[in-house]
Amino acid sequence: MTIQLLFFAQARERAGFGRATLELPEGSRVADALAEIARRHPALAELMPHLAVAVDRKLVSPQTALTAGVELALLPPVSGGATGARGGRGKAGGAGG
Amino acid sequence: MAELVHGPIDVPRILTSALRPDCGAVTLFLGTTRDQHQGRAVERLSYEAYEPMALAALEALESAAMERFAIAGCTIVHRLGEVPIGDASVVVAVAAAHRAAAFDACRWAMDELKRSVPIWKKEFFAGGSEAWVEGASLGGSGGGPE
Repeated sequence: MTIQLLFFAQARERAGFGRATLELPEGSRVADALAEIARRHPALAELMPHLAVAVDRKLVSPQTALTAGVELALLPPVSGGATGARGGRGKAGGAGG
Repeated sequence: MAELVHGPIDVPRILTSALRPDCGAVTLFLGTTRDQHQGRAVERLSYEAYEPMALAALEALESAAMERFAIAGCTIVHRLGEVPIGDASVVVAVAAAHRAAAFDACRWAMDELKRSVPIWKKEFFAGGSEAWVEGASLGGSGGGPE
């Protein structure tokens, strides 16, 4: 089966492109797709533990089963955001946008 | 209604839309692009989103804020692409009958946005280096609106 791949931010830059297709055996799960992506794109391998994965715009786990035609997106960590609050998790200065 | 825009955010329009006769409080938060990050001079910033997922996440945040707080309206607008230093990259407007809920909901929505919406920020530093700002895994511990 064929699935669509979307890479964003650092994942996009490391892969060198933002969109691709991937051919996988029937019955593959998200973890299988990630292993195949890491094999084909070694530059993404070290990023893998930090990525969230969405299938058709919903966050999924590695065990999620894939079906033909789905859109699998690799989502690097987001800024999180320092609040600037004293004693909080924020860093001094906070984060604007 | 949540929006992703690729040019300047029309802040006066958002503010005007937030005003309601049944509300005694409107909070308007602007996240603005800053010229330094941990002591390094930032020359410009750029935002990238998984747009359909980000828009759905912003709409879900607005709805969650409406359920969680005693507010009458919540609007979130995020700018994408390059944003000049000092401009608004995100705006949250909340209307409520009373100010406490308006303040609380505005802050909560902004905090959630920063860790649960697939929007990424890249900073370009003086001297030519650049870096994605990465702090929280989407859907990870502490991520997501509950």
